[in-house]
Amino acid sequence: MENNRGNKYSIRQRILSSKLTFTILSIIMGLLVGAIVLLIAGFNPVQAYRIMIDGVFSRTKYISYAIIYATPLIITGLSVTFAFRTGLFNIGAEGQYIIGALVATLIGYFLELPLVIHVIVVFLFAAIAAGLWGGIAGFLKAKFGVHEVIATIMLNWIALYLNNYLVMRPFLRRPESESSYDILDSASITILEKWKYSETGREWLSAHPYIKDFLSAPANLGFIIAILLAILVWYILNRTTLGYELRAVGFNKDAAEYGGIKVEKSIITSMMIAGALAGSAGALQVMGVTKNVIMLPVMEGYGFDGIAVALIGGTTAIGNIFSGLLFGALQYGGPKIQPPLGAPSEVVDIMIGTIVLFIAIPKLFKIIMNARKRGEKNAK
Amino acid sequence: MLNDIGFIIGTSLMYAAPLLFTALGGVISENSGVVNIGLEGMMTIGAFIGAAVGYYVGNPWIAFIAAGLAGGIFALLHAIASVTFHADQVVSGIAINFLGPGVALFISRLLFNGSTMTKSLSFSAKMPRPLNGLFRSNSFSDIIFNQYATVYLAFILVFVMWYTLYKTKLGLRIRAVGEHPASADTLGVSVTKIRYFGVILSGILAGFGGAAMSIAVVSNFRPTLISGQGFIALAAVIFGKWKPQGAMWACLLFGAAQGLTVYLGGAGVINISSQLLAMLPYVLTLVVLVGFVGKSVAPAASGEAYEKGE
Repeated sequence: MENNRGNKYSIRQRILSSKLTFTILSIIMGLLVGAIVLLIAGFNPVQAYRIMIDGVFSRTKYISYAIIYATPLIITGLSVTFAFRTGLFNIGAEGQYIIGALVATLIGYFLELPLVIHVIVVFLFAAIAAGLWGGIAGFLKAKFGVHEVIATIMLNWIALYLNNYLVMRPFLRRPESESSYDILDSASITILEKWKYSETGREWLSAHPYIKDFLSAPANLGFIIAILLAILVWYILNRTTLGYELRAVGFNKDAAEYGGIKVEKSIITSMMIAGALAGSAGALQVMGVTKNVIMLPVMEGYGFDGIAVALIGGTTAIGNIFSGLLFGALQYGGPKIQPPLGAPSEVVDIMIGTIVLFIAIPKLFKIIMNARKRGEKNAK
Repeated sequence: MLNDIGFIIGTSLMYAAPLLFTALGGVISENSGVVNIGLEGMMTIGAFIGAAVGYYVGNPWIAFIAAGLAGGIFALLHAIASVTFHADQVVSGIAINFLGPGVALFISRLLFNGSTMTKSLSFSAKMPRPLNGLFRSNSFSDIIFNQYATVYLAFILVFVMWYTLYKTKLGLRIRAVGEHPASADTLGVSVTKIRYFGVILSGILAGFGGAAMSIAVVSNFRPTLISGQGFIALAAVIFGKWKPQGAMWACLLFGAAQGLTVYLGGAGVINISSQLLAMLPYVLTLVVLVGFVGKSVAPAASGEAYEKGE
């Protein structure tokens, strides 16, 4: 009570000025602009949005797919978030993801290990490799002052070509294809992968249609791990000395150095953790969904989408879970408007772009609110 | 052998041009104090509008200008957000990178029967080669110098940009606003106007860059056409130390990367994986960057919103 009375802002004012409110307003603006674009193009936005919503929620299979779409984005979002909170801009999640997926495929295919251990080994190796990959950018920044944006852009392309080079080597390439061999079953994290096609599995599932539908998508443990990683990132950032130091460097490098924090080491550590996160997204995707890596003609976009996910999530660890789910739902549900309506699915990109644009300008909402407040006062 | 070298140089120049336009855009924007990570999106919309207008109108120059305008409109969005509303410039740029391709593909599907690829341009709608016929066909100099008009234009613009930035009053104002907006403001230079000018011009140039790809290097737009080139151009800006001539050298390096890849993909002469070779310029860039000593060369106020009376 003491505190409440002491606070000069009312609850209403605090809600109106909170970051979450701006985010929600931005999402509404995104939906609105998407609707207007559809309307201008001659489509019925209400119909389109209903198809998208049905396309995500009307069957458990759809929900399952939306979660599968969201999983890697939540984690690349965490990677960008972690770097961002420590004062670094990680455009390199894309390449770190590629390295993670590639190493996961190598370990998953070549090493023969018992069930659970194989998964853990694949995950750790992929995360470490991608962590080192991210660490290169950190090292170049710390020791040579190379801007991490340019370093990570370069590393993305190097990772892409490295992936393509290795995928096409005879030892890894599945003959007559542009993809690698599949990982061993022991490295899979797809839920009940074998069982669901077995005699008993099919029998049981036909008695449980919702679960059957859910499992007809490659449902996997990735989402659960994504949530655990989000909690871990939150914990590191907010509850550990390491997180405090890293954030201090991001907040004010010189002050941190004066306070006895090793700035160079912090930058490298931060990029390594960000890289390990993005790499684990790639590893989980391989173990849960794709089972292999392919020759990439262009960037897949997991890292770049992760930037938007991080921004929409307010660059908070837990926010990433929700923005990642929003992203996954939009990316999975969006294309469904195309067959029935002929409406371009790219309206989803326009919506996402609009959301991010409005997130960039909280000042706009503040100006509008202040104007309203002034208007109310004048009316009195 | 000589012709092979000529082919590599010629292809490199051709691929450098789109990057060069876009990188020059980055140079002007950053020098005025606004980070433009949205170059990729602006380049994509330019590439699409260039190809679409070229297809419907049939005149490459109208298509080229339309592409510039399209890039400029998206840049205006970036300027409104980052100059007027003091947005985080990186975030606003990321937004443009979703909006540019989103709008391009959206319109493409509407105009071209649901396809994200535009129809191929007829020969007369493609960028002309002004020096065509000047050299003996397929001679060394023909392969190098018989380029699309956009290639010459890009290199002329490097000079124009250098001259404007370093030899004119406007250029001095732009750099002043990028280095120390408060002092520029005190001296009566409108920070807002200069920054709007810089950002919009950067969008126009990025739009040109996109069109230099879609109506010259190839003859249509497809979703994978730009994929990442805007970011490469951004890297070229930083690599080139935020100077037009520096960006040019960086673009030539990246252009050479693509030229080499095309050459090796077609000829298969040397027994090195084209994937590894394609990687080389990016590795080289990192190596060169490590070699740079004096690091902090970005315009001092780049990335910061300017608020009067702060």
